[in-house]
Amino acid sequence: MIRKSAAEMAKSLASGEITSVELTRAHLDQISRVDSQVNAFLHIDREGALEQAEQVDAKRRAGERLSLLAGVPLALKDVLVQKGIPTTCGSKMLEGWRPPYDSTVVRRLRENGIVILGKTNMDEFAMGSSTENSAYGPTRNPWDLTRIPGGSSGGSFAAIASFQAPFAIGTDTGGSIRQPAAVTATVGVKPTYGAVSRYGLVAFSSSLDQAGPCARTVLDAAYLHEAIAGHDPLDSTSINAPVPAVVAAAKDGNVGGMKIGVIKELQGDGYQPGVLRLFNESLEILASLGADIVEVSCKYFDYALAAYYLIAPSECSSNLARFDAMRYGIRRGEGSAEEVMNATRQIGFGREVKRRIILGTYALSSGYYDAYYGSAQKVRTLISRDFESAFKLADVLVSPTAPTTAFKIGEKANDPIAMYLNDIATIPTNLAGIGGMSLPSGLAFEDGLPAGFQIMAPAMKDDLMYKAGAALEAELVFKWQGPILNLAPKLGAR
Amino acid sequence: MALRYEEAIARYEPSLGLEVHVELATVSKMFCGCNTVFGAAANTQTCPVCLGLPGALPVANAKAIEYTIAIGLALNCSVAPFSRFARKNYFYPDMPKNFQTSQYDEPICTNGYLDITIDTDEGSKDFRIEIERVHMEEDTGKSLHMGGATGRIHGADYSLLDYNRAGIPLVEIVTKVIDGTGRHAPEVARAYVSELRDILRALGVSDVKMEQGSLRCDANVSLRPIGSEKLGTRSETKNVNSLKSVERAIRGEIIRHAELLNSNQRVIQETRHFHEDTGLTTSGRSKEQAEDYRYFPEPDLVPIAPSKEMIEKIAATLPEKPSVRRKKLQEAWQAPDKEMAAMINADVLDLVEATVKLGADPTRARSWWLGEIARIANERSVAASDLAISAADVAEIVALIVKGELTDKLARQVVEALINGEGRVGQIIQSRGIKVVSDDSSLMAAIERAIAAAPDVAEKVRGGNIPASGALIGAVMKESKGQADAAKVRDLLLKHLGQG
Amino acid sequence: MTYMSSISRDDVANLAKLARIDLSEDELAGLVKELSVILDAVARVQEVAGSDVPPTSHPLPLVNVFRQDQVRPSLTPEEALSGAPAQEGKRFKVPQILGEE
Ligand SMILES: [Mg+2]
Ligand SMILES: [Zn+2]
Repeated sequence: MIRKSAAEMAKSLASGEITSVELTRAHLDQISRVDSQVNAFLHIDREGALEQAEQVDAKRRAGERLSLLAGVPLALKDVLVQKGIPTTCGSKMLEGWRPPYDSTVVRRLRENGIVILGKTNMDEFAMGSSTENSAYGPTRNPWDLTRIPGGSSGGSFAAIASFQAPFAIGTDTGGSIRQPAAVTATVGVKPTYGAVSRYGLVAFSSSLDQAGPCARTVLDAAYLHEAIAGHDPLDSTSINAPVPAVVAAAKDGNVGGMKIGVIKELQGDGYQPGVLRLFNESLEILASLGADIVEVSCKYFDYALAAYYLIAPSECSSNLARFDAMRYGIRRGEGSAEEVMNATRQIGFGREVKRRIILGTYALSSGYYDAYYGSAQKVRTLISRDFESAFKLADVLVSPTAPTTAFKIGEKANDPIAMYLNDIATIPTNLAGIGGMSLPSGLAFEDGLPAGFQIMAPAMKDDLMYKAGAALEAELVFKWQGPILNLAPKLGAR
Repeated sequence: MALRYEEAIARYEPSLGLEVHVELATVSKMFCGCNTVFGAAANTQTCPVCLGLPGALPVANAKAIEYTIAIGLALNCSVAPFSRFARKNYFYPDMPKNFQTSQYDEPICTNGYLDITIDTDEGSKDFRIEIERVHMEEDTGKSLHMGGATGRIHGADYSLLDYNRAGIPLVEIVTKVIDGTGRHAPEVARAYVSELRDILRALGVSDVKMEQGSLRCDANVSLRPIGSEKLGTRSETKNVNSLKSVERAIRGEIIRHAELLNSNQRVIQETRHFHEDTGLTTSGRSKEQAEDYRYFPEPDLVPIAPSKEMIEKIAATLPEKPSVRRKKLQEAWQAPDKEMAAMINADVLDLVEATVKLGADPTRARSWWLGEIARIANERSVAASDLAISAADVAEIVALIVKGELTDKLARQVVEALINGEGRVGQIIQSRGIKVVSDDSSLMAAIERAIAAAPDVAEKVRGGNIPASGALIGAVMKESKGQADAAKVRDLLLKHLGQG
Repeated sequence: MTYMSSISRDDVANLAKLARIDLSEDELAGLVKELSVILDAVARVQEVAGSDVPPTSHPLPLVNVFRQDQVRPSLTPEEALSGAPAQEGKRFKVPQILGEE
C-alpha cells in the first residue's frame, strides 16, 4: 500500500478497503524501518498522526462528506509552523521551540483531513541545495545513501522517495522544491508566487519563498496543490483569485498544439551530458505528442544567479534578525542583552546562514545598496521581461531542472559557488514569481541517477505545467516500464 | 555663570526641526488584529504578528492608512499616488522583529505646511512651518528596568518586556528646517505642537495625550552665529512629554549650545534626553557614527496606491481647521487677542466653548476657566481638562451667579469643592450650607448696626466720600460670614446714606 | 562601470557587529575569503542595471492590500510567553539592555 500514489490511497480509503489509521500505521512502520538510514524526519508525531487518522475514520464511519484526500498521510517541511509541534527550520537556534499557532498551509491540510506524520529535515532556514546544512545531520538520498537528496526540501523528498509518506510539503526560494525532486525522481511544484499562503512559513527570502507540493506523480501534486492553494487574508502577498484547475489539467495531460519553448541559456556548459540527453529525449516525446517545440532566448538569465545571491541574502539578513534569544529559541552567553544576542547568534546559526546574513548585511548597507541590492532588483525586472517575451512565443518554457544528478555528501561543502550553481535553472522563476515544476526525465547514462525536467508557466497559469507534465509523465512511465522511482534500490530494515 | 537666554540669542540664530510621533486611535494594531487599549495587563494584547514570531506576516490596517492620509491633507501635504513600507533594521529588545516596519524614501504624504501664530510683546506674529513628510510606522514594546536604584536603564540588572504597545500604528510628522524664528524659537515650537495637537484632535485620529505618550515630540536644535549661512551641528532631544516641556527643552538646548560655542567647544551630534524635573537634557547615544539602518522595501507588504476617489472621500470628511474655528469663536465671543491666546495656552478653548453652548455668557465662562480653575490647575500642575470639573458644572455655577443665588466668592468655594470631589454643584451648596443672604431686611439690620458702630465713617459717606463706604461694607460682609452679596450690600448702604 | 569590491577583515568584523553575530578569528578569516569570491561573482549585476531599468521588489504587481480595523483574538500571555528563554510576571525577561534610555 505505501508504494501506491496518494490518489490511489485516497480511493482505497473512500472504498473502505483500508482505514486511515491502518494507512498511517503503515507509514509510521516504514519510517521506523528506514529513516535511521535516510534521516528525512526531524520530528515524528506518532500520536498526533494516529489521532488525526482516527478522527477521519470516525467521520467516514459516521457517513460525513470528506475531502478527497482525507486520511492520507503527509510529511511537512520543518519550515512551516504547526501549533505545539517542534519547529526548528533545521537550525539549532530554534531547538525545542513549539510554535503557539498554525501556519495557513497546516490549517488547510487539517481542513482537508490530511494526516501530518511529522516534520522533515532541511537546509538550515532553507539555505542550501543539499540538506547538508542542517544542524541535525544531513538527509541521504534513497537512490544512494552517500549522496545528497537535494535541498533545501531534501527531507520531504527523501521521505516520499523512500515511501515514508506518499506526498509532502516543501518550500522553494531558488529551487528548493524542484531540484530535490529532480535528484530523487519525484515531482515537485513551485506554484506562482502568492498562490499558497506564506503565513506561518518561516521566512528565508520573503519575495521569493513559496510553499508547494512534493509528490511521486503529477496528479498527486495537483491534488495537494489544490488543497493548500488559495487566497489568505493573513498574507498581503497572497493572490486573491481562483486557483487554476490543476487537477483537471493533470487529468487532461494533453500537449497537442501546445507551444513549448526551450530556453537556450539553460543548457550547454555546466550541464551533465546524461542530464541533457534525457532532457532532449523528453522534448522528442513532447513533440511526438503534438507539441510545437520552439527555441527561445532569455539573455538576462546569465545574471539571475548573481541577482538571487544578493536579493535572498539581503532579505534573509533582515528576516533572521528576530532570532535574538529574547522571546523564543535558545539563549546562550552572558552579560548584556547585546552580548547574549551576539553569542547566541554565533552558536545558533550554522556557517551558511552566517555567510548569507553577513553578505546580505553588506548588500543593504549604505554606500553599497545601489551597487548590489538595487542592481539586483533591476536584474529582476530584466528577467521578468525575458519571461514576458518568451511567453509571447511559447505557452510553457522548459529546461533541465538541475545541471547534474545528485552529488556526494560533502563534495561541494567547501565551495559555495559550486553549490549555488545547482540552482542556475530554477532561480529565474523565483525572481519573476512564476510557477515551475520538476518531474523525472529518467536515469542519466553516466551514473544511473535520476534527472529532472523543468516546466515553467506564466504567473497564475500553473495549470499549463500540470497539463504538459502529465502528458510527459505518462509517456515516460511507459518508456521506463513503470514509475522511474520503482528503479530505486529498496531500502531494507537495518 | 550660566549664560542667559537673551545673551545666547543675541549671538546665535537657532534652527529647529521637529519630529512628532502620534499613536493613531485605531481599535486594532497596525499589522494585526490585537487590541490597542491603553493600560492592559502585560502581554495580553499580542499575537504571532506583533511578537514577530517566525512565520508571521503583517497586513496593513486600512483605517490607519486613511488616518494618515487625513493628517497629510489637514497639513496641506500632497498624497503620494504610490508609496511603500520599508524595513528599518536595527536590533533592540523592545522591537520584536529587530526591524521597524516604517517608510523611507516613499512616504504617504509630503510637502505640506502649518501656519501658527504666537503672542509676543510686540503683538502677535505669524509663522509658516513647512512639513517635509508624514509617514506610517509602528510602535515598539515597553521595557521595565529592574534592579539598580532608579528604575532607569543604567544600573539595571535585567529588563522585563511587555509587547502590548508593539505594533500600534504611529504616524511620524517631520518638519523641514524651521528658520528665522530668532528669539521666539521655543514659543514657535510649542505653538506648532499645540496647533498640530488641535488638528489631530479635531480629525479624531488620535487621543493626543502627551502624558500617556500618544503624542511624542523629538526636537532638533542647532545654532549658527548670526549672519552665518551654514547650519550648526544639531542635537536631538527626546522624551519631551508636554507642551511646556517643548518650550523648556528648546530654550535649554539653545543655552547649552551657545555656552559650548562661546567657549570654542564642539556641539556633538547626539540624542539627548529631557528631564521633566530639572528641565535639562542629558546625553544619550552619540550619533557621530551614524547607525546604518539598511532600509529596503518591505517585501511582506504591497505598495499603497490611493485612488483619487479615496483621497477625495477623505478630504470631504476633514473638519474645520482649528485656526478658522478659533477666529469664528473669537468674533462670536468678542474676546481680546490676549485672552484668546491665554485660552489656547491653557488649553481651555474647548471647555469654554462647551460652557458657552450650555448657556453661559462667554465673558463669564472664560473668566472662570482662565481664572480660578486655571489657578487651581496650575497649583496642582495638571491640565484644567484633567480636573474634576466639567463645562456643565461651570455653566450651572454661572447660571446661579446670574440669578443671584451665588456670589463670586461663594462660587469659588463651590469650584474648589467640585475639584476636590465633594459632589455635584447642588449637593455641595446643600452640604456646605452655602447660601446667599439676600433678605433685604436682615441685611438692612446689619447695615444699621455697622453705621451705629462707626458713625464717623457713615458721616464721611453722607458727605460724598464714597470710597469710605468700604469699611462699612466690610463690616457687614464680616457679620454675614461672607454669605452676603457684596454688591447688594453696597447698593443698600449707599441708598441708606443718601448716595444711591 | 562595475564596482569591484575587496572586503577586508575589518569590513567583515563590522558587518558581523551590525548583524549581531560574534565571530571567531577563524570564522572571520574564512568569511573574508568566501565573501570576496562571492562578491566578485555577484558584482556583475551592475553590468546591466542601467538607470532606465526600474527595480522590482515585489514579484507580483499587487497594491492596496488592507485589513479592516477590527480586533481579533490575541494569544494568551501564557501562549505568547511559551517560548521565552526567561520570564517574570508575564513579561519577557531579558538581560540588561545597554545603550539608550
Ligand atoms: Mg520614526
Ligand atoms: Zn498582534
